[in-house]
Amino acid sequence: MSKKVLTTPIKDEDLKDIRIGDIIYLTGTLVTCRDVAHRRLIEEKIPLPIDLKGKAIFHAGPIVRDLGNEQYEIVSIGPTTSMRMEKFEKEFIEETGVKLIVGKGGMGKNTEEGCKTHKALHLVFPAGNAVYGATKVEEIKEVHWKDLGMPESLWVCEVKEFGPLIVSIDTEGNNIFEENKIEFNKRKEEQYEYISQQVRFIK
Amino acid sequence: MDKKQQKEKMTGLMSKFVSLVSYKLPDDVEKKLKELSEEEDNHLAKIIYKTMFENQQLAFELKRPSCQDTGVLQFFVKCGENFPLIGQLDNILRESVFKSTKETPLRHNSVETFDEYNTGKNIGNGTPSIFWEIEEDSDKVEIYTYMAGGGCTLPGVATVLMPGEGYEGVVKFVLDRMTSYGLNACPPLLVGVGVGTSVETAALNSKLALMRPVGSRNENENAAKMEQLLEDGINAIGLGPQGLKGSKSVMGVNVVNTARHPSTIGVAVNTGCWSHRRGKITFDRDLNYVIDTHEGVTL
Repeated sequence: MSKKVLTTPIKDEDLKDIRIGDIIYLTGTLVTCRDVAHRRLIEEKIPLPIDLKGKAIFHAGPIVRDLGNEQYEIVSIGPTTSMRMEKFEKEFIEETGVKLIVGKGGMGKNTEEGCKTHKALHLVFPAGNAVYGATKVEEIKEVHWKDLGMPESLWVCEVKEFGPLIVSIDTEGNNIFEENKIEFNKRKEEQYEYISQQVRFIK
Repeated sequence: MDKKQQKEKMTGLMSKFVSLVSYKLPDDVEKKLKELSEEEDNHLAKIIYKTMFENQQLAFELKRPSCQDTGVLQFFVKCGENFPLIGQLDNILRESVFKSTKETPLRHNSVETFDEYNTGKNIGNGTPSIFWEIEEDSDKVEIYTYMAGGGCTLPGVATVLMPGEGYEGVVKFVLDRMTSYGLNACPPLLVGVGVGTSVETAALNSKLALMRPVGSRNENENAAKMEQLLEDGINAIGLGPQGLKGSKSVMGVNVVNTARHPSTIGVAVNTGCWSHRRGKITFDRDLNYVIDTHEGVTL
């Protein structure tokens, strides 16, 4: 199987045959964007200082080494829990035209709708693998909103074959985590019935 | 060595220890992850495990934090009443986090509440969190160091059940959390379950449970039985690494329990992610140290 690499700027056609469970890699611009940045754009109506059209965002708060003279180096970078951004993501996709949302764990109905209507993907980078992730970042091109502190600043990264990225929501709005959850919950009920019979310690 | 020099020495060692914990997983966790990956036959899960092992290798070689979320530092201290720096220890631990944050570097993870700004120092009001226990007739100090990342802190939950709900209620409380929040907390998880009289006793027990080694068992027969049942039960759900399905879900389930009021069962759940960065270091009165969790490592 050949390696599927997407390069920014990404167009709708590039994503149409990609389905949940597929693995892809990203080359181009990946911008870290998490809790407060989402809140600023959607609720505080503060415009983002960068154009995200056709690009990718990363729900991530990296460790960055300041080399002085506005030069920075990524030490460790990996995803944070995407679900925290669920509240904002549909509108975020609509307003920015972002094509890939990289994070950790699943997202919900809003993001499914956003991905379906505006042809975008949510992808999972295996979390906790932050040194591996850092080796795929070629350089930090810019940084914005430094007032938010190291984890929340918008770090504009140039990446090469960044991945593996596992597709969790596709452009038809299919959601791998929601599908899995049905099965997980069914098995959980079975386990509860079995275990609860054996822990009746209060008699 | 006078007290000032002792204090400097211990701060330096603890700073290096915190750094070590950021880039090297403890032996019990490494061993368990290897075991789980070998039992895995799901395609995606195998790719994820492969990435994990490559990452840990790189982190150790480059001496960089293996996960970017180096957490809020938590210390569980068991201090002998005669340990010479007993009165200085809080400050030593705080200083060591600040020093390690600059030197490793670690991420700045202290946001002052209500004023809502990141201190930029990785220390703040009440962070690092330090939990104390004093030991009689001892001049040593045992320190568990833990990096409580956001992802694995998020599933944390505590409640008080009625005795009528029984331990069946405890099981339900734990299982429900696994399929709602657990799957996003970077499985395979180490699950800490605390049982006690109230929310705060149960919550502290559940975190202490995460300090216990993977594969250890509660001394109480019933509690040990419940650990095994929950471990097998959560594994049967098949969360897999990253919650993307697999043959297992957890590294283990550890229960820590204390007594309860006749009318209440306090219960809490805490989760440790696969990147369970915990370490235990013991100092004697001359500041010679032993590291139990990471064999063959010197600072």
